[in-house]
Amino acid sequence: MQSINPAVLIAALYVFVLAAFLGYQVISRVPPLLHTPLMSATNAISGISLIGSLVLAGLHKFDIHAFASGGAAAKPSIATLLGFIAVITATINVVGGFGITDRMLKMFQQRKVAKGGGK
Amino acid sequence: MEQAGVNYLLEFTYLIASILFVFGLKGLSHPETARRGMFMAEAGMAAAIIGTLFHHGIITYTWIAAGLVIGSVIGALMAIWVPMTAMPQRTALSHAFGAFAAALVGVGEYILHGGPQMAVSTRSALGFEVMLGALTTTGSLIAAGKLQGVVRGTPVQFKGQQFVNLLLFGGMIGCFLYSVNYPTAQLYFYLMGALGLLFGVMLVIPIGSADMPVVMSLLNSYAGLASAATGFVLGNNVLIIAGTLDGFSGLILSILMCKAMNRSITNVLFGGFGAVHHAATEGVGGEMREISLDDAAVRLAYANKVVFVPGYGLATAQAQHACRELASALEERGVTVKYGIHPVAGRMPGHMNVLLAEANVPYSDLYEMDQINPEFPTTDVAVVVGANDVVNPDARDNPNSPIAGMPILEVDRAKSVIVLKRGQGRGFSGLENPLFFKQVTSMLYGDAKASLAHLAQEIKNV
Repeated sequence: MQSINPAVLIAALYVFVLAAFLGYQVISRVPPLLHTPLMSATNAISGISLIGSLVLAGLHKFDIHAFASGGAAAKPSIATLLGFIAVITATINVVGGFGITDRMLKMFQQRKVAKGGGK
Repeated sequence: MEQAGVNYLLEFTYLIASILFVFGLKGLSHPETARRGMFMAEAGMAAAIIGTLFHHGIITYTWIAAGLVIGSVIGALMAIWVPMTAMPQRTALSHAFGAFAAALVGVGEYILHGGPQMAVSTRSALGFEVMLGALTTTGSLIAAGKLQGVVRGTPVQFKGQQFVNLLLFGGMIGCFLYSVNYPTAQLYFYLMGALGLLFGVMLVIPIGSADMPVVMSLLNSYAGLASAATGFVLGNNVLIIAGTLDGFSGLILSILMCKAMNRSITNVLFGGFGAVHHAATEGVGGEMREISLDDAAVRLAYANKVVFVPGYGLATAQAQHACRELASALEERGVTVKYGIHPVAGRMPGHMNVLLAEANVPYSDLYEMDQINPEFPTTDVAVVVGANDVVNPDARDNPNSPIAGMPILEVDRAKSVIVLKRGQGRGFSGLENPLFFKQVTSMLYGDAKASLAHLAQEIKNV
Protein backbone atom coordinates (compact mmCIF):
# COMPACT_ATOMS: atom_id res chain seq x y z
CA MET A 1 0.00 0.00 0.00
CA GLN A 2 2.95 2.20 0.64
CA SER A 3 4.35 2.38 -2.86
CA ILE A 4 3.24 5.52 -4.66
CA ASN A 5 5.20 5.42 -7.87
CA PRO A 6 4.94 8.31 -10.34
CA ALA A 7 2.35 6.55 -12.52
CA VAL A 8 0.06 5.97 -9.53
CA LEU A 9 0.54 9.56 -8.42
CA ILE A 10 -0.40 10.90 -11.85
CA ALA A 11 -3.47 8.66 -11.92
CA ALA A 12 -4.41 9.89 -8.43
CA LEU A 13 -4.10 13.49 -9.61
CA TYR A 14 -6.42 12.72 -12.53
CA VAL A 15 -8.93 11.24 -10.12
CA PHE A 16 -8.65 14.31 -7.88
CA VAL A 17 -9.16 16.82 -10.69
CA LEU A 18 -12.04 14.92 -12.28
CA ALA A 19 -13.72 14.44 -8.90
CA ALA A 20 -13.38 18.19 -8.33
CA PHE A 21 -15.19 18.97 -11.60
CA LEU A 22 -17.83 16.36 -10.93
CA GLY A 23 -18.30 17.67 -7.40
CA TYR A 24 -18.73 21.20 -8.68
CA GLN A 25 -21.38 20.09 -11.20
CA VAL A 26 -23.35 17.94 -8.79
CA ILE A 27 -23.19 20.20 -5.77
CA SER A 28 -24.04 23.46 -7.51
CA ARG A 29 -27.41 21.85 -8.34
CA VAL A 30 -28.29 21.42 -4.66
CA PRO A 31 -30.84 24.11 -3.71
CA PRO A 32 -30.18 26.35 -0.65
CA LEU A 33 -33.15 24.60 0.92
CA LEU A 34 -31.01 21.50 1.39
CA HIS A 35 -27.66 23.07 2.21
CA THR A 36 -27.64 21.89 5.81
CA PRO A 37 -28.39 18.26 4.89
CA LEU A 38 -25.80 18.61 2.11
CA MET A 39 -23.16 19.59 4.63
CA SER A 40 -23.94 16.73 6.97
CA ALA A 41 -24.16 14.29 4.06
CA THR A 42 -20.78 15.24 2.58
CA ASN A 43 -19.44 15.03 6.09
CA ALA A 44 -20.70 11.49 6.47
CA ILE A 45 -19.35 10.57 3.04
CA SER A 46 -15.90 11.93 3.80
CA GLY A 47 -16.05 9.68 6.86
CA ILE A 48 -14.86 7.16 4.27
CA SER A 49 -11.44 7.98 5.71
CA LEU A 50 -12.62 5.32 8.15
CA ILE A 51 -11.25 2.70 5.78
CA GLY A 52 -7.77 4.16 6.25
CA SER A 53 -8.25 4.09 10.01
CA LEU A 54 -9.47 0.47 9.90
CA VAL A 55 -6.34 -0.73 8.17
CA LEU A 56 -4.10 1.26 10.50
CA ALA A 57 -5.84 -0.15 13.58
CA GLY A 58 -5.57 -3.73 12.31
CA LEU A 59 -2.02 -3.86 10.89
CA HIS A 60 -0.25 -4.71 14.13
CA LYS A 61 -1.11 -6.32 17.40
CA PHE A 62 -1.07 -3.97 20.36
CA ASP A 63 1.73 -5.06 22.71
CA ILE A 64 1.57 -3.33 26.05
CA HIS A 65 5.18 -4.20 26.96
CA ALA A 66 6.57 -2.93 23.69
CA PHE A 67 4.36 0.13 24.03
CA ALA A 68 5.69 0.86 27.52
CA SER A 69 9.30 0.26 26.54
CA GLY A 70 9.18 3.15 24.09
CA GLY A 71 11.62 3.62 21.21
CA ALA A 72 11.34 1.84 17.90
CA ALA A 73 9.69 -1.25 19.38
CA ALA A 74 6.71 0.81 20.51
CA LYS A 75 5.98 2.18 17.03
CA PRO A 76 3.56 -0.51 15.80
CA SER A 77 1.59 -0.34 19.03
CA ILE A 78 1.38 3.45 18.93
CA ALA A 79 0.13 3.24 15.35
CA THR A 80 -2.52 0.71 16.38
CA LEU A 81 -3.66 3.01 19.17
CA LEU A 82 -3.85 6.04 16.85
CA GLY A 83 -5.78 3.93 14.36
CA PHE A 84 -8.19 2.87 17.10
CA ILE A 85 -8.96 6.47 18.05
CA ALA A 86 -9.33 7.38 14.37
CA VAL A 87 -11.78 4.49 13.89
CA ILE A 88 -13.90 5.90 16.73
CA THR A 89 -14.04 9.47 15.45
CA ALA A 90 -14.55 8.44 11.82
CA THR A 91 -17.33 6.02 12.79
CA ILE A 92 -19.05 8.76 14.78
CA ASN A 93 -19.04 10.82 11.59
CA VAL A 94 -20.35 8.05 9.37
CA VAL A 95 -23.11 6.82 11.68
CA GLY A 96 -23.99 10.21 13.15
CA GLY A 97 -23.72 11.99 9.81
CA PHE A 98 -25.98 9.66 7.84
CA GLY A 99 -28.37 9.31 10.78
CA ILE A 100 -28.86 13.02 11.21
CA THR A 101 -29.07 13.67 7.47
CA ASP A 102 -31.92 11.21 7.20
CA ARG A 103 -33.63 12.74 10.22
CA MET A 104 -33.48 16.14 8.56
CA LEU A 105 -34.60 14.94 5.13
CA LYS A 106 -37.61 13.20 6.66
CA MET A 107 -38.82 16.61 7.85
CA PHE A 108 -38.91 18.18 4.39
CA GLN A 109 -42.48 17.52 3.35
CA GLN A 110 -44.75 18.48 0.53
CA ARG A 111 -47.77 20.61 1.30
CA LYS A 112 -50.65 18.31 2.18
CA VAL A 113 -53.31 18.56 -0.50
CA ALA A 114 -56.18 18.47 1.96
CA LYS A 115 -54.92 21.66 3.59
CA GLY A 116 -57.02 24.71 2.74
CA GLY A 117 -55.81 28.24 2.10
CA GLY A 118 -52.58 29.24 0.40
CA LYS A 119 -52.42 29.21 -3.32
CA MET B 1 0.56 -12.14 -6.31
CA GLU B 2 -1.68 -14.43 -4.31
CA GLN B 3 -3.47 -11.41 -2.96
CA ALA B 4 -4.19 -9.94 -6.36
CA GLY B 5 -7.67 -11.45 -6.55
CA VAL B 6 -8.65 -9.99 -3.22
CA ASN B 7 -7.29 -6.58 -4.15
CA TYR B 8 -9.16 -6.46 -7.43
CA LEU B 9 -12.35 -7.27 -5.59
CA LEU B 10 -11.62 -4.55 -3.03
CA GLU B 11 -10.83 -1.97 -5.69
CA PHE B 12 -14.04 -2.88 -7.46
CA THR B 13 -15.98 -2.41 -4.21
CA TYR B 14 -14.41 1.02 -3.83
CA LEU B 15 -15.39 1.92 -7.37
CA ILE B 16 -19.00 0.97 -6.67
CA ALA B 17 -18.88 3.00 -3.46
CA SER B 18 -17.58 6.06 -5.34
CA ILE B 19 -20.37 5.81 -7.88
CA LEU B 20 -22.99 5.46 -5.17
CA PHE B 21 -21.61 8.53 -3.36
CA VAL B 22 -21.99 10.64 -6.49
CA PHE B 23 -25.53 9.39 -7.05
CA GLY B 24 -26.27 10.10 -3.39
CA LEU B 25 -25.22 13.73 -3.71
CA LYS B 26 -27.08 14.02 -7.00
CA GLY B 27 -30.24 12.99 -5.14
CA LEU B 28 -29.86 16.04 -2.93
CA SER B 29 -30.81 18.29 -5.84
CA HIS B 30 -34.47 17.84 -4.85
CA PRO B 31 -36.20 17.11 -1.52
CA GLU B 32 -38.22 14.32 -3.15
CA THR B 33 -35.17 12.33 -4.24
CA ALA B 34 -32.89 13.26 -1.35
CA ARG B 35 -33.62 10.38 1.00
CA ARG B 36 -33.32 7.76 -1.71
CA GLY B 37 -29.98 9.28 -2.68
CA MET B 38 -28.75 9.07 0.88
CA PHE B 39 -29.69 5.38 1.06
CA MET B 40 -27.48 4.81 -1.97
CA ALA B 41 -24.60 6.67 -0.33
CA GLU B 42 -25.11 4.63 2.85
CA ALA B 43 -25.02 1.40 0.84
CA GLY B 44 -21.79 2.56 -0.79
CA MET B 45 -20.29 3.32 2.59
CA ALA B 46 -21.31 -0.07 3.98
CA ALA B 47 -19.81 -1.85 0.96
CA ALA B 48 -16.52 0.05 1.30
CA ILE B 49 -16.25 -0.67 5.03
CA ILE B 50 -17.09 -4.36 4.74
CA GLY B 51 -14.74 -4.74 1.78
CA THR B 52 -11.93 -3.13 3.78
CA LEU B 53 -12.41 -5.55 6.65
CA PHE B 54 -11.14 -8.26 4.29
CA HIS B 55 -7.97 -6.27 3.58
CA HIS B 56 -5.05 -8.71 3.57
CA GLY B 57 -2.87 -6.55 5.82
CA ILE B 58 -5.26 -6.71 8.76
CA ILE B 59 -4.11 -9.25 11.34
CA THR B 60 -6.11 -8.24 14.40
CA TYR B 61 -9.74 -7.16 14.73
CA THR B 62 -9.78 -6.33 18.44
CA TRP B 63 -9.24 -2.62 18.11
CA ILE B 64 -11.23 -2.35 14.92
CA ALA B 65 -14.30 -3.93 16.51
CA ALA B 66 -13.96 -1.88 19.68
CA GLY B 67 -13.59 1.35 17.70
CA LEU B 68 -16.53 0.58 15.43
CA VAL B 69 -18.81 -0.22 18.35
CA ILE B 70 -17.85 2.83 20.44
CA GLY B 71 -18.07 5.13 17.42
CA SER B 72 -21.43 3.73 16.30
CA VAL B 73 -22.97 4.14 19.74
CA ILE B 74 -21.78 7.75 20.09
CA GLY B 75 -22.76 8.53 16.50
CA ALA B 76 -26.22 7.02 16.86
CA LEU B 77 -26.84 8.86 20.12
CA MET B 78 -25.84 12.13 18.47
CA ALA B 79 -28.05 11.44 15.48
CA ILE B 80 -31.07 10.79 17.68
CA TRP B 81 -30.67 13.38 20.40
CA VAL B 82 -29.12 16.48 18.89
CA PRO B 83 -31.86 19.13 18.50
CA MET B 84 -32.15 20.88 15.14
CA THR B 85 -31.21 24.22 16.70
CA ALA B 86 -27.87 22.67 17.70
CA MET B 87 -27.18 21.42 14.17
CA PRO B 88 -24.38 23.96 13.54
CA GLN B 89 -22.49 22.86 16.66
CA ARG B 90 -22.89 19.22 15.76
CA THR B 91 -21.69 19.81 12.23
CA ALA B 92 -18.68 21.76 13.48
CA LEU B 93 -17.89 18.91 15.87
CA SER B 94 -18.10 16.38 13.08
CA HIS B 95 -15.69 18.46 11.00
CA ALA B 96 -13.34 18.24 13.96
CA PHE B 97 -13.79 14.46 14.23
CA GLY B 98 -13.25 13.89 10.52
CA ALA B 99 -10.15 16.07 10.42
CA PHE B 100 -8.82 14.47 13.61
CA ALA B 101 -9.21 10.99 12.14
CA ALA B 102 -7.34 12.10 9.02
CA ALA B 103 -4.55 13.64 11.10
CA LEU B 104 -4.24 10.51 13.28
CA VAL B 105 -4.03 8.23 10.25
CA GLY B 106 -1.36 10.53 8.86
CA VAL B 107 0.69 10.45 12.06
CA GLY B 108 0.25 6.66 12.29
CA GLU B 109 1.50 6.22 8.74
CA TYR B 110 4.41 8.47 9.51
CA ILE B 111 5.34 6.47 12.62
CA LEU B 112 5.25 3.21 10.67
CA HIS B 113 6.74 4.24 7.36
CA GLY B 114 8.14 7.76 7.76
CA GLY B 115 11.75 8.43 6.93
CA PRO B 116 14.02 8.48 3.90
CA GLN B 117 12.46 5.36 2.35
CA MET B 118 9.18 7.21 1.81
CA ALA B 119 8.72 8.83 -1.58
CA VAL B 120 8.78 12.63 -1.72
CA SER B 121 5.23 12.75 -3.12
CA THR B 122 3.95 10.59 -0.25
CA ARG B 123 5.81 12.72 2.28
CA SER B 124 4.22 15.86 0.85
CA ALA B 125 0.71 14.39 0.86
CA LEU B 126 1.26 13.12 4.40
CA GLY B 127 2.47 16.51 5.60
CA PHE B 128 -0.46 18.22 3.91
CA GLU B 129 -2.89 15.77 5.47
CA VAL B 130 -1.56 16.20 9.01
CA MET B 131 -1.23 19.98 8.74
CA LEU B 132 -4.74 20.47 7.37
CA GLY B 133 -6.17 17.85 9.73
CA ALA B 134 -4.60 19.49 12.78
CA LEU B 135 -5.71 23.04 12.05
CA THR B 136 -9.22 21.92 11.09
CA THR B 137 -9.55 19.92 14.30
CA THR B 138 -8.87 22.79 16.67
CA GLY B 139 -10.50 25.38 14.42
CA SER B 140 -13.72 23.36 14.31
CA LEU B 141 -13.63 22.76 18.05
CA ILE B 142 -13.40 26.52 18.65
CA ALA B 143 -16.22 27.12 16.16
CA ALA B 144 -18.36 24.51 17.93
CA GLY B 145 -17.53 26.14 21.27
CA LYS B 146 -18.56 29.56 19.98
CA LEU B 147 -21.82 28.21 18.58
CA GLN B 148 -22.60 26.37 21.79
CA GLY B 149 -21.72 29.45 23.84
CA VAL B 150 -18.85 27.74 25.68
CA VAL B 151 -16.32 30.02 24.00
CA ARG B 152 -17.02 33.75 23.80
CA GLY B 153 -18.91 34.41 20.56
CA THR B 154 -17.60 37.90 19.98
CA PRO B 155 -14.33 38.23 18.11
CA VAL B 156 -11.24 37.83 20.28
CA GLN B 157 -8.74 40.35 19.01
CA PHE B 158 -5.50 41.74 20.29
CA LYS B 159 -2.72 43.95 19.06
CA GLY B 160 -0.34 42.29 16.64
CA GLN B 161 -2.74 39.40 16.05
CA GLN B 162 -2.20 39.37 12.31
CA PHE B 163 1.54 39.29 12.88
CA VAL B 164 1.33 36.38 15.32
CA ASN B 165 -0.91 34.48 12.91
CA LEU B 166 1.45 35.15 10.03
CA LEU B 167 4.37 33.92 12.15
CA LEU B 168 2.47 30.74 13.07
CA PHE B 169 1.48 30.12 9.48
CA GLY B 170 5.02 30.73 8.24
CA GLY B 171 6.45 28.45 10.91
CA MET B 172 3.98 25.71 10.02
CA ILE B 173 4.75 25.90 6.29
CA GLY B 174 8.47 26.08 7.08
CA CYS B 175 8.31 22.89 9.15
CA PHE B 176 6.27 21.24 6.39
CA LEU B 177 8.85 22.03 3.72
CA TYR B 178 11.75 21.11 5.98
CA SER B 179 10.30 17.73 6.93
CA VAL B 180 9.54 16.96 3.28
CA ASN B 181 13.08 17.84 2.22
CA TYR B 182 14.91 16.30 5.16
CA PRO B 183 13.03 13.09 5.98
CA THR B 184 15.32 12.25 8.90
CA ALA B 185 14.31 15.42 10.76
CA GLN B 186 11.22 13.84 12.29
CA LEU B 187 10.95 16.47 15.00
CA TYR B 188 9.90 19.04 12.41
CA PHE B 189 7.05 16.85 11.27
CA TYR B 190 5.57 16.76 14.76
CA LEU B 191 6.32 20.44 15.30
CA MET B 192 4.33 21.14 12.12
CA GLY B 193 1.37 19.23 13.55
CA ALA B 194 1.57 21.16 16.81
CA LEU B 195 1.76 24.50 15.02
CA GLY B 196 -1.24 23.40 12.95
CA LEU B 197 -3.25 22.80 16.12
CA LEU B 198 -2.32 26.23 17.43
CA PHE B 199 -2.96 27.96 14.11
CA GLY B 200 -6.45 26.45 13.96
CA VAL B 201 -7.31 28.11 17.27
CA MET B 202 -5.87 31.46 16.23
CA LEU B 203 -7.67 31.31 12.90
CA VAL B 204 -11.15 31.04 14.38
CA ILE B 205 -11.07 33.05 17.63
CA PRO B 206 -11.06 36.45 15.89
CA ILE B 207 -14.22 35.58 13.93
CA GLY B 208 -17.65 36.57 15.26
CA SER B 209 -20.54 34.15 15.61
CA ALA B 210 -22.52 35.92 12.88
CA ASP B 211 -19.85 34.90 10.38
CA MET B 212 -20.03 31.25 11.34
CA PRO B 213 -21.79 30.12 8.14
CA VAL B 214 -18.67 31.01 6.16
CA VAL B 215 -16.28 29.54 8.70
CA MET B 216 -18.27 26.31 8.90
CA SER B 217 -18.22 25.94 5.13
CA LEU B 218 -14.49 26.59 4.96
CA LEU B 219 -13.73 24.08 7.71
CA ASN B 220 -15.96 21.63 5.88
CA SER B 221 -13.80 22.15 2.84
CA TYR B 222 -10.55 21.67 4.80
CA ALA B 223 -11.82 18.49 6.45
CA GLY B 224 -12.70 17.09 3.04
CA LEU B 225 -9.34 18.01 1.56
CA ALA B 226 -7.59 16.37 4.52
CA SER B 227 -9.48 13.16 3.68
CA ALA B 228 -8.48 13.52 0.03
CA ALA B 229 -4.84 13.91 1.11
CA THR B 230 -5.20 10.66 3.09
CA GLY B 231 -6.26 9.09 -0.20
CA PHE B 232 -3.04 10.31 -1.83
CA VAL B 233 -0.95 8.90 1.03
CA LEU B 234 -2.63 5.48 0.92
CA GLY B 235 -3.00 5.45 -2.86
CA ASN B 236 -6.74 4.97 -2.42
CA ASN B 237 -9.07 6.44 -5.03
CA VAL B 238 -12.36 6.27 -3.13
CA LEU B 239 -10.80 8.39 -0.37
CA ILE B 240 -9.64 10.92 -2.94
CA ILE B 241 -13.07 11.06 -4.56
CA ALA B 242 -15.11 11.30 -1.36
CA GLY B 243 -12.70 13.79 0.18
CA THR B 244 -12.71 15.95 -2.93
CA LEU B 245 -16.51 15.94 -3.15
CA ASP B 246 -16.62 17.09 0.48
CA GLY B 247 -13.88 19.64 -0.07
CA PHE B 248 -15.58 21.18 -3.08
CA SER B 249 -18.98 21.16 -1.46
CA GLY B 250 -17.51 23.20 1.38
CA LEU B 251 -15.78 25.52 -1.05
CA ILE B 252 -18.95 26.16 -3.06
CA LEU B 253 -20.91 26.83 0.12
CA SER B 254 -18.29 29.27 1.41
CA ILE B 255 -18.40 31.19 -1.86
CA LEU B 256 -22.21 31.31 -1.73
CA MET B 257 -22.16 32.48 1.88
CA CYS B 258 -19.59 35.17 1.13
CA LYS B 259 -21.69 36.39 -1.79
CA ALA B 260 -24.73 36.52 0.47
CA MET B 261 -22.81 38.84 2.78
CA ASN B 262 -21.02 40.68 -0.03
CA ARG B 263 -17.65 40.03 1.56
CA SER B 264 -14.50 38.31 0.48
CA ILE B 265 -13.19 35.24 2.26
CA THR B 266 -10.12 37.15 3.43
CA ASN B 267 -12.39 39.82 4.87
CA VAL B 268 -14.34 37.24 6.86
CA LEU B 269 -11.21 35.51 8.09
CA PHE B 270 -9.21 38.57 9.00
CA GLY B 271 -11.73 41.40 9.22
CA GLY B 272 -12.92 40.70 12.74
CA PHE B 273 -16.47 41.57 11.79
CA GLY B 274 -18.82 41.68 14.71
CA ALA B 275 -16.52 43.94 16.65
CA VAL B 276 -18.81 46.85 17.47
CA HIS B 277 -18.91 49.46 14.73
CA HIS B 278 -19.49 53.02 15.71
CA ALA B 279 -18.98 54.69 12.38
CA ALA B 280 -21.82 55.18 9.91
CA THR B 281 -24.56 54.52 12.43
CA GLU B 282 -25.05 58.18 13.26
CA GLY B 283 -27.69 60.09 11.40
CA VAL B 284 -30.17 57.28 11.87
CA GLY B 285 -32.85 58.28 14.24
CA GLY B 286 -36.41 59.17 14.79
CA GLU B 287 -39.24 57.43 16.46
CA MET B 288 -39.86 53.72 16.61
CA ARG B 289 -43.59 53.04 16.52
CA GLU B 290 -44.77 50.35 18.85
CA ILE B 291 -47.77 48.20 18.00
CA SER B 292 -49.96 46.29 20.44
CA LEU B 293 -50.69 42.59 20.10
CA ASP B 294 -54.38 43.32 19.34
CA ASP B 295 -53.58 45.75 16.55
CA ALA B 296 -50.99 43.41 15.08
CA ALA B 297 -53.47 40.53 15.14
CA VAL B 298 -56.11 42.58 13.33
CA ARG B 299 -53.66 43.78 10.73
CA LEU B 300 -52.52 40.21 10.03
CA ALA B 301 -56.04 38.77 10.02
CA TYR B 302 -57.28 41.16 7.34
CA ALA B 303 -54.20 40.89 5.11
CA ASN B 304 -54.18 39.10 1.76
CA LYS B 305 -50.56 38.17 1.75
CA VAL B 306 -48.17 37.79 4.68
CA VAL B 307 -44.44 37.03 4.37
CA PHE B 308 -42.50 35.83 7.39
CA VAL B 309 -38.82 36.71 7.50
CA PRO B 310 -37.17 34.56 10.17
CA GLY B 311 -33.66 35.13 11.49
CA TYR B 312 -31.48 33.45 14.02
CA GLY B 313 -33.49 35.10 16.80
CA LEU B 314 -36.36 32.79 15.87
CA ALA B 315 -34.15 29.82 16.65
CA THR B 316 -32.81 31.20 19.93
CA ALA B 317 -36.37 31.94 21.07
CA GLN B 318 -37.39 28.39 19.99
CA ALA B 319 -40.27 30.11 18.21
CA GLN B 320 -40.43 28.11 14.96
CA HIS B 321 -43.44 26.07 16.11
CA ALA B 322 -45.30 29.17 17.33
CA CYS B 323 -44.53 30.78 13.98
CA ARG B 324 -45.99 27.80 12.15
CA GLU B 325 -49.13 27.94 14.29
CA LEU B 326 -49.65 31.60 13.51
CA ALA B 327 -49.18 30.82 9.82
CA SER B 328 -51.75 28.01 10.01
CA ALA B 329 -54.26 30.28 11.73
CA LEU B 330 -53.77 32.84 8.97
CA GLU B 331 -54.05 30.25 6.20
CA GLU B 332 -57.32 29.05 7.64
CA ARG B 333 -58.63 32.56 7.12
CA GLY B 334 -57.49 32.43 3.50
CA VAL B 335 -54.39 34.54 3.90
CA THR B 336 -51.48 33.60 1.62
CA VAL B 337 -48.43 32.89 3.77
CA LYS B 338 -44.86 32.64 2.53
CA TYR B 339 -41.47 32.55 4.14
CA GLY B 340 -38.51 34.57 2.88
CA ILE B 341 -35.22 32.91 3.77
CA HIS B 342 -31.93 34.79 3.54
CA PRO B 343 -28.95 32.56 2.67
CA VAL B 344 -27.15 33.47 5.89
CA ALA B 345 -30.18 33.30 8.19
CA GLY B 346 -29.11 30.98 10.98
CA ARG B 347 -25.67 29.80 11.88
CA MET B 348 -24.90 27.48 8.98
CA PRO B 349 -25.94 27.29 5.32
CA GLY B 350 -29.60 26.30 5.03
CA HIS B 351 -30.09 26.18 8.80
CA MET B 352 -33.36 28.15 8.81
CA ASN B 353 -34.96 25.82 6.26
CA VAL B 354 -34.31 22.84 8.49
CA LEU B 355 -35.73 24.59 11.55
CA LEU B 356 -38.92 25.51 9.71
CA ALA B 357 -39.22 22.07 8.13
CA GLU B 358 -39.01 20.62 11.62
CA ALA B 359 -41.99 22.80 12.57
CA ASN B 360 -43.90 21.17 9.67
CA VAL B 361 -43.71 24.10 7.29
CA PRO B 362 -44.00 22.56 3.81
CA TYR B 363 -40.85 23.29 1.81
CA SER B 364 -42.84 24.76 -1.06
CA ASP B 365 -43.65 27.71 1.25
CA LEU B 366 -39.96 28.48 1.79
CA TYR B 367 -38.70 31.05 -0.71
CA GLU B 368 -35.16 32.08 -1.51
CA MET B 369 -34.16 35.72 -1.42
CA ASP B 370 -34.26 36.23 -5.19
CA GLN B 371 -37.69 34.63 -5.45
CA ILE B 372 -39.34 36.57 -2.64
CA ASN B 373 -37.89 40.06 -3.14
CA PRO B 374 -40.09 40.91 -6.17
CA GLU B 375 -43.12 39.92 -4.10
CA PHE B 376 -42.68 42.41 -1.27
CA PRO B 377 -44.46 45.35 -3.00
CA THR B 378 -47.62 43.22 -3.16
CA THR B 379 -47.19 41.96 0.40
CA ASP B 380 -49.59 43.44 2.96
CA VAL B 381 -47.61 42.55 6.05
CA ALA B 382 -44.00 41.41 6.30
CA VAL B 383 -43.32 39.88 9.71
CA VAL B 384 -39.66 40.03 10.74
CA VAL B 385 -38.90 37.55 13.50
CA GLY B 386 -35.48 37.77 15.09
CA ALA B 387 -33.76 38.97 11.93
CA ASN B 388 -31.84 42.21 11.74
CA ASP B 389 -28.90 42.68 9.39
CA VAL B 390 -30.49 40.66 6.59
CA VAL B 391 -33.35 43.19 6.41
CA ASN B 392 -31.23 46.30 7.00
CA PRO B 393 -31.99 48.74 4.14
CA ASP B 394 -28.66 50.49 4.85
CA ALA B 395 -26.98 47.62 3.03
CA ARG B 396 -28.73 48.80 -0.12
CA ASP B 397 -29.02 52.55 0.44
CA ASN B 398 -26.01 53.67 2.48
CA PRO B 399 -22.67 53.15 0.75
CA ASN B 400 -20.84 54.02 3.99
CA SER B 401 -22.48 51.25 5.95
CA PRO B 402 -20.19 48.40 7.04
CA ILE B 403 -22.62 46.00 5.38
CA ALA B 404 -23.05 48.09 2.21
CA GLY B 405 -23.73 45.95 -0.84
CA MET B 406 -24.89 42.91 1.10
CA PRO B 407 -28.01 41.54 -0.58
CA ILE B 408 -31.02 41.91 1.71
CA LEU B 409 -34.62 40.87 1.93
CA GLU B 410 -36.36 44.11 0.97
CA VAL B 411 -39.11 44.02 3.55
CA ASP B 412 -39.24 47.82 3.60
CA ARG B 413 -40.91 47.64 0.17
CA ALA B 414 -43.88 45.82 1.70
CA LYS B 415 -47.06 47.75 2.49
CA SER B 416 -46.40 47.33 6.19
CA VAL B 417 -43.81 45.65 8.37
CA ILE B 418 -44.10 44.20 11.86
CA VAL B 419 -40.78 43.60 13.59
CA LEU B 420 -40.77 41.21 16.53
CA LYS B 421 -37.91 42.13 18.79
CA ARG B 422 -36.94 41.47 22.38
CA GLY B 423 -35.99 45.03 23.20
CA GLN B 424 -34.86 48.31 21.70
CA GLY B 425 -31.18 47.31 21.63
CA ARG B 426 -29.06 46.81 18.56
CA GLY B 427 -28.73 43.48 16.88
CA PHE B 428 -25.94 41.00 16.82
CA SER B 429 -23.57 43.02 14.69
CA GLY B 430 -24.11 46.17 16.73
CA LEU B 431 -25.42 48.05 13.71
CA GLU B 432 -28.35 50.45 13.87
CA ASN B 433 -31.14 49.38 11.55
CA PRO B 434 -33.02 52.24 9.79
CA LEU B 435 -35.83 49.81 8.96
CA PHE B 436 -37.06 50.15 12.53
CA PHE B 437 -37.58 53.90 12.09
CA LYS B 438 -39.42 53.77 8.77
CA GLN B 439 -43.04 54.87 8.36
CA VAL B 440 -44.20 51.40 7.34
CA THR B 441 -42.62 49.67 10.30
CA SER B 442 -44.24 48.83 13.62
CA MET B 443 -42.34 47.28 16.49
CA LEU B 444 -43.78 44.45 18.58
CA TYR B 445 -41.60 44.05 21.66
CA GLY B 446 -41.35 40.94 23.76
CA ASP B 447 -40.33 37.31 23.56
CA ALA B 448 -40.91 36.13 19.98
CA LYS B 449 -42.37 32.78 21.00
CA ALA B 450 -44.91 34.30 23.39
CA SER B 451 -45.86 37.06 20.94
CA LEU B 452 -46.40 34.64 18.07
CA ALA B 453 -48.48 32.29 20.23
CA HIS B 454 -50.63 35.23 21.39
CA LEU B 455 -51.13 36.43 17.84
CA ALA B 456 -52.23 32.95 16.74
CA GLN B 457 -54.74 32.87 19.61
CA GLU B 458 -56.12 36.32 18.82
CA ILE B 459 -56.46 35.59 15.13
CA LYS B 460 -58.54 32.52 15.87
CA ASN B 461 -60.84 34.82 17.88
CA VAL B 462 -61.08 37.67 15.37
